[in-house]
Amino acid sequence: MRKVAVVGAGLTKFVRRSLETGKELSYEASKMALDSCGLTLKDIDCVVFGSAPDAFDGMHMKGEYMLDGSGGFRKPYMRSYVGGGTGVFTPIQGWYHIASGLFDSCLVVCEEKMSTLRPHPQGAFLTIFDHTLERPLEPNLLWIFALEMNRYMHEHGLSKKDIALVSVKNKKNALDHPCALLAQEITVEDVLNSEVLAWPVQRLDVSPITDGAGALVLVSEEKAKQITDKPVWIEGVGWNLETSYWTNRDLYYPKQVEYAARMAYEMAGIKDPRKEINIVEPYDPFDYKELHHLEGLLFCKKGEAPKLTREGVTKRDGDLPVCPSGGLLGVGNPIAAAGLMKICEIFWQLRGEAGARQVPGTPKRGLAQAWGDLMQVGTVIILGR
Amino acid sequence: MRKAAIVGMGYTVPQTITPQLSYREMIFEAAVKAYENSGIHPKDVQSFICVSEDFLEGVSIFDEYVPDQLGANLKSVHTISADGIFAIISGFLQILTGKFDIVLVEAHSKASNILNPNEVIAFAQDPVYNQPLRLNPHYIAGLEMNRFLYSSGNTREQCAKVVVKNKKNALKNPLSAYPAKIEIEDVLNSALLSDPLRKMDKSQHADAACVFILASEKIAKSITPNPIWIKGAGWCSDDPSLETRNWDEAVYAKLSARQAYKMAGIQNPKQINLAEIDDSYSYKELQHLESMGLCRKGESGLLLEEGYFEHDGSLPVNISGGNLGAGFLFEASGAFKIVELILQLSKEAGCRQVKNASLGLAQVWRGVPTATGAVIILERED
Amino acid sequence: MELKGIGLEEEIFKISKKSEKSMKMEFKGVSLKESDFKEKKILSLENKPNLKYAWDTGVAIGRFLAELKQGRLIGRKCCKCRRIMIPPRMFCEVCFKPNDEWIYLKDKGTVNTFSICYVSWDMQKLKEPQIPAVIEIEGASKMMGILHLLGEVEPKEVKIGMKVKAVWKEIDKREGAITDIKYFKPI
Repeated sequence: MRKVAVVGAGLTKFVRRSLETGKELSYEASKMALDSCGLTLKDIDCVVFGSAPDAFDGMHMKGEYMLDGSGGFRKPYMRSYVGGGTGVFTPIQGWYHIASGLFDSCLVVCEEKMSTLRPHPQGAFLTIFDHTLERPLEPNLLWIFALEMNRYMHEHGLSKKDIALVSVKNKKNALDHPCALLAQEITVEDVLNSEVLAWPVQRLDVSPITDGAGALVLVSEEKAKQITDKPVWIEGVGWNLETSYWTNRDLYYPKQVEYAARMAYEMAGIKDPRKEINIVEPYDPFDYKELHHLEGLLFCKKGEAPKLTREGVTKRDGDLPVCPSGGLLGVGNPIAAAGLMKICEIFWQLRGEAGARQVPGTPKRGLAQAWGDLMQVGTVIILGR
Repeated sequence: MRKAAIVGMGYTVPQTITPQLSYREMIFEAAVKAYENSGIHPKDVQSFICVSEDFLEGVSIFDEYVPDQLGANLKSVHTISADGIFAIISGFLQILTGKFDIVLVEAHSKASNILNPNEVIAFAQDPVYNQPLRLNPHYIAGLEMNRFLYSSGNTREQCAKVVVKNKKNALKNPLSAYPAKIEIEDVLNSALLSDPLRKMDKSQHADAACVFILASEKIAKSITPNPIWIKGAGWCSDDPSLETRNWDEAVYAKLSARQAYKMAGIQNPKQINLAEIDDSYSYKELQHLESMGLCRKGESGLLLEEGYFEHDGSLPVNISGGNLGAGFLFEASGAFKIVELILQLSKEAGCRQVKNASLGLAQVWRGVPTATGAVIILERED
Repeated sequence: MELKGIGLEEEIFKISKKSEKSMKMEFKGVSLKESDFKEKKILSLENKPNLKYAWDTGVAIGRFLAELKQGRLIGRKCCKCRRIMIPPRMFCEVCFKPNDEWIYLKDKGTVNTFSICYVSWDMQKLKEPQIPAVIEIEGASKMMGILHLLGEVEPKEVKIGMKVKAVWKEIDKREGAITDIKYFKPI
């Protein structure tokens, strides 16, 4: 199979409400990614774009509207979409564009401007539920996370304390991220004393509403060698979608993430992810999700991720740094852009360019994962040096 | 380079309304037929690609609701926010990587469930410059048609002739929702939408679902003796902004055709035997034909009058009836153009069969206000 | 075969590795405050779309809603995998075939998981918390639940595994909707 490398990355600051429009955020991230590897838009053969529901932007076919800001003008341009999993899926789409042999370079852009929607961006999530059977109950997005979190805690007998540690760790890691929105030093008690939104979900368990964008430059092997001495290779990709009848399955375990991970591990030739992967950026829109996903990604047995966290294994200087970026909890959660931020982080970490966030040693391989839809889609990318 | 083919398909009949079926049930029917048609079992499919746009479904993140009816639970599934042809192209790319041998593509329309489609289409315009004008969104087609007639020299009557031809073609196509025998005057006398565009110049919505099975060269022949090969594909977006767009020609169609011809090794577009072209509005068929080099600039209207694009002409165009005759299926519009090409190339088009059809082209446009389209070239190898 | 762009620029890639920027990253993005809008420092347009849909319920959900109006829950059974499914569907997504029978289910069930929600969808504080739950319906296969609300129960009394029963709207107020069940209450 044709090898595909990441050679450039760009990110905007993550903010609650940006001055820039979605197009402008896309442009800033794209420009930074291109500049970082000394390319211009002329060097780009095709563009892929990722963004979550159109409802945030208050427009139909937002991929069409965003395309000039993303460099798609008069180029082959396509928008992929897997809900919250989009940020990691869009680079996979870029990967198959280049791996197909038809293109040598691809600009991958992920953007989210959630603040456009009033009175509250959460409103977009009213319409993700089944229009006939669920929407009349006026469900709110917190419900499904709370229902899943409760099931996870119940199954493994976990306490909120076990879970709050993730929030503490990630928000602290984010102090070193120049793009972060919610970086702060907090304690487990702060999390446990924060406002209860939808038990067991409390205010500090949740990532914030955010505006932001990210971009990557992907190229073929021969092109990568011309561009850089430090290409980062896409070694494995995986994605998986489970039934939409979410009330018909046990939410305590993200099977779709496991299946996506197995697909990526097989492609990358990984037998034991715990030993063969050095950094992980699992999707952490809520603190328990990091734990849920570490289990789904097979880094530990079911129910054991809290133990890894408690023992400090997942700290930035631990044996398996998890969300050294600060994750969605700390850096922010502009949905599609948040997934891409995780890939940027692995890219910078593997190249030794993560600055104050750099993990010790010389990591050789990292994994980024996102997740979404009605708690049913998993997307995974493995990057290596 | 690797090759990929379409080895099976299933569809429901486009209809003006489909109250008897939910979208899930409609897609299930198309999927079962595609599996039956190809002899493939869902568990053999390695990747599933669906198309949808949230506001056409009235559901945010419609990707959530696709797997069950395709037998795709716990499989690699993703959505493309574009026409079905874009999904076929994505499947094609995935197969070319060498990692996938069987890919399923799904497209559907439940247009009848949208109670005010003009509001939805208007909602795709630039929110600052265009939406506040509160115009019926078909004004954009009116603007473009006016400029097209001016710069190409084609006539209003010739555009009306497109409607007559396509609705007549649809009379022979059981997969059509708007077949009719009409005269040019009927079009010219229909109500004005946005001068020069009239009501009958615009295609009308229909509901349907469509599923394709794509396979790699390695296994295509083991699935069917006559795979339909994807020889070329192109897709492109021109300027999203109405203010700065080139209104003289369909740049997206020109560039995507150029990409597809190059891939297919086509030196002269005349090599193509039949074409299914986007005709969401009557003038679009002529404009697209000219932009893609299937005839010279300014000639499409005359050729149409001479019968060049008729069933027995040199380049039969929209033998299915196109969007005007078969129905506008939103993101499934391109998919039904592919259905027609496959039936024709497989010599299964019955009374519509075009003689010696071996190389066919399908083209779509994503409708107003976009300037995005795709082209795909299919071939039967004897 | 190789395609570079689509023919607008035919010039060949000219890249030197020297052009790779040294890593001094500069991140763009300007943060606004709510007050910037209130004080009209930032202009913005408001638009409330008028979008309307009427979704076809089809065979399975159509029947399900009609039964709700009668005060009954109904599911579908697949004779191959023997699963009894709710919400009903006309095909079995596991066996990938049409499923076989309508089966009436009890209007009772078990709480699979629940939440106690203190905020509305737009993050406003609720006077009384809502208790959404996934309720596994009696008579359907294990794990076959539906989303609904719990009522007539103190939030702190709610437990996973608790048995609950549907509380229906009065018959003349039912309209063939999931809200024909007001909520589920403990048995």
